[in-house]
Amino acid sequence: MFGFLKKSPKSEVEGSQAASEAMPAAVEAATTTARPSWGERLKAGLSRTRQQFGGGLASLFGRRKIDEDLLEELESTLLMADCGVEATQHLIDELRKRWKRDRLETADQLQEALAESLTDILLPLEQPLEVSGHSPFIIMIAGVNGSGKTTSIGKLAKHFQAQGKSVLLAAGDTFRAAAREQLQTWGERNGVTVIAQDSGDSAAVIFDAVNAAKARGIDIVLADTAGRLPTQLHLMEEIAKVKRVIGKADAGAPHEVLLVLDANIGQNALAQVKAFDASIGVTGLVLTKLDGTAKGGVVAAIARQSPKPLRFIGVGEGIDDLQPFRTREFVDAVFARSPGTGADTPAE
Amino acid sequence: MDDVCSAPYKQADTMLDNLTQRLSKVVKTLRGQARLTEDNIQDALREVRMALLEADVALPVVKDLIARIKEKAVGQEVIGSLTPGQALVGVVHDELKALMGGAHTGLDLSAQPPAVVLMAGLQGAGKTTTTGKLGKLLRDRMRKKVLAVSADVYRPAAIEQLRTVAGQAGIDFFPSTADQKPVDIARKALEYARTHYYDVVLLDTAGRLAIDEAMMAEIKDLHAAVKPVETLFVVDAMLGQDAVNTARAFNEALPLTGVVLTKLDGDSRGGAALSVRHVTGKPLKFAGVGEKLSGLEEFHPERMASRILGMGDILGLVEEARRGVDEDKARDFAKKLKTGKGFDLNDFKEQIAQMRKMGGLSSMMDKLPAQFAQMAGQIQGGAEEKQIGRIEGIINSMTPAERSKPEILKASRKRRIATGAGVSVQEVNRLLKQFEQTQKVMKQFSKGGMQKMMRGLKGMMPGLPR
Repeated sequence: MFGFLKKSPKSEVEGSQAASEAMPAAVEAATTTARPSWGERLKAGLSRTRQQFGGGLASLFGRRKIDEDLLEELESTLLMADCGVEATQHLIDELRKRWKRDRLETADQLQEALAESLTDILLPLEQPLEVSGHSPFIIMIAGVNGSGKTTSIGKLAKHFQAQGKSVLLAAGDTFRAAAREQLQTWGERNGVTVIAQDSGDSAAVIFDAVNAAKARGIDIVLADTAGRLPTQLHLMEEIAKVKRVIGKADAGAPHEVLLVLDANIGQNALAQVKAFDASIGVTGLVLTKLDGTAKGGVVAAIARQSPKPLRFIGVGEGIDDLQPFRTREFVDAVFARSPGTGADTPAE
Repeated sequence: MDDVCSAPYKQADTMLDNLTQRLSKVVKTLRGQARLTEDNIQDALREVRMALLEADVALPVVKDLIARIKEKAVGQEVIGSLTPGQALVGVVHDELKALMGGAHTGLDLSAQPPAVVLMAGLQGAGKTTTTGKLGKLLRDRMRKKVLAVSADVYRPAAIEQLRTVAGQAGIDFFPSTADQKPVDIARKALEYARTHYYDVVLLDTAGRLAIDEAMMAEIKDLHAAVKPVETLFVVDAMLGQDAVNTARAFNEALPLTGVVLTKLDGDSRGGAALSVRHVTGKPLKFAGVGEKLSGLEEFHPERMASRILGMGDILGLVEEARRGVDEDKARDFAKKLKTGKGFDLNDFKEQIAQMRKMGGLSSMMDKLPAQFAQMAGQIQGGAEEKQIGRIEGIINSMTPAERSKPEILKASRKRRIATGAGVSVQEVNRLLKQFEQTQKVMKQFSKGGMQKMMRGLKGMMPGLPR
């Protein structure tokens, strides 16, 4: 949030520029070892934005005394970061309590308190995905249209390959035009088997893929599905069926049901979590597109109102820009940064 | 299974419904005051503010809106039969409408053909799908010769996707490959369109982040190369607070001429609509709804404002009905209505099919005013559509003779039909009873008397509570 996690072109000139130029280049960039570490890239990204925006949170805090105005500005900042009304109110109430109880004096101390409250909220979401329990470990991917499912699958495949696992992809998006080709193209470039059918429904494709994975002794199956909005009831029923069919191919599967969320989406993300959870039992989240100016504060709203383990976050187009979520890093990144549009006075 | 399908339906409390509910709460708290004052609308305004924020309207826009509402509302007399709440809702409605712009503005394609339409937006906003939908709209409703071309050389199979979509939309596709430069693709497509007398060229582009300078420079070059008459910013209706930043950046980089709001059927946290409009000042020209390529509607600000306030999109419903209903069939049907005779199961099925064409009951309900929708909400959306499917199945299992003369249906025929449709005999009976009631209503209607018809209407809609 607060314009969090922007990639810095300065620190990774080769990597990110290549990535933004072309997808194939991005793939190559991923394989170069000279790339700075995740943490370095995070930090570098932060410094750039700090320069760019100046002011913001930094000016909010500092040596300033704590007063109601400051709290209100803070409230605005949290709302602007997509934290949502409920989570924002919770955080501000917490702060108000601690302000009195712990006799906080400077705004810096208040920032410290806010970071702690936020960490408290988010920590339960930090549950990295454990894939060693089953073989093949079957991961089903769901989400609304355009949330980044297919792209995330590519990145996830790379992530697991880097851990020495064998991966198989199931082109379960049989609805959108050329979704299958998108996955196949990706698979060819990276030497990953993609199971696809010319026609047929998503459940059948994934069923085949699971069986293929069993026969070949594959470690991980990533099953793509078509994007759908929770209001499209027939499609929500269809995806419930896909899940049941996976269970028929391998009892106990899918072992993980990942919901891919676009960080640019506002409070609707909450509704998405609830709706998909109701129909397919979501076990983990992937938050994509945190680069750009997206703030990702909706994570706080999700943590408060519909908590699910946040498995991965994506901060860029590069193939290794999808990484396990770590609360401390996230919160640190949040507070090293400043809000994008400055803090104007709240309404009323 | 029922849980599974009904839960998401309930989830789909739209921003608009949300706002409506909140505002109705406001209406209650303001009862019995003679004049709107700074004091008595304070709480109400806070509700409006929270509702707008929860609906993802960006904070600066909310502040601006609240300030304007306050200014207009304070001091207003509560006239006549209005309650203070209603008076305030009126002010909010006017302001929302003003914010979303005046009447609907369509595409302006009055240039020397081929007129170029450039599509721009973030990744996953729905540019390619919208390109297809727009192509279909231009072809079907405006009788244009349309060429679609993709300059997305980045995402794997993006060009392939547009090729397929264009095929489905029935418009022509200009092939491009991922090793070409976007500007070259655009130039070639334009040249081809010129020599082959196309009216419109739809230029789809890669999704890009507003902060990605290289990519923004690319689309600026594209714009300069093709000089589009329309540059449409395609934006996801579900976008959060960041909508302001994104919209501002695109608006600064490109001379946008309009906005297309996609995935509005989702759960219409249409808050982004307000934000984008506020920041860019550009008209919202279309709204994307549904997976079908026909799912692109003209955006009507006044309707959206009404919808926010729970007045329902009656106009939209009427328009949809007009489009969805086959006129010849409607005329036939009207004739049958007049005579009151000859209304058989074929017509019954036809009616159901027509209803489906209009996007199904749940889509119709979305457009109804809040209080009606609530009433209708008693019937579960999912179960309802299913029920219609079953009825169709039953009628499909009948012979033509049986359909035109349902009275010949006796026990053994019913058994056969039930087996054929995979339902119980009771369900066949229930359908026949519904049909009889409908027939009765039709007869009453032919004898005049709309009131009688309304009374009988309950029997006509399968699944309505009795």
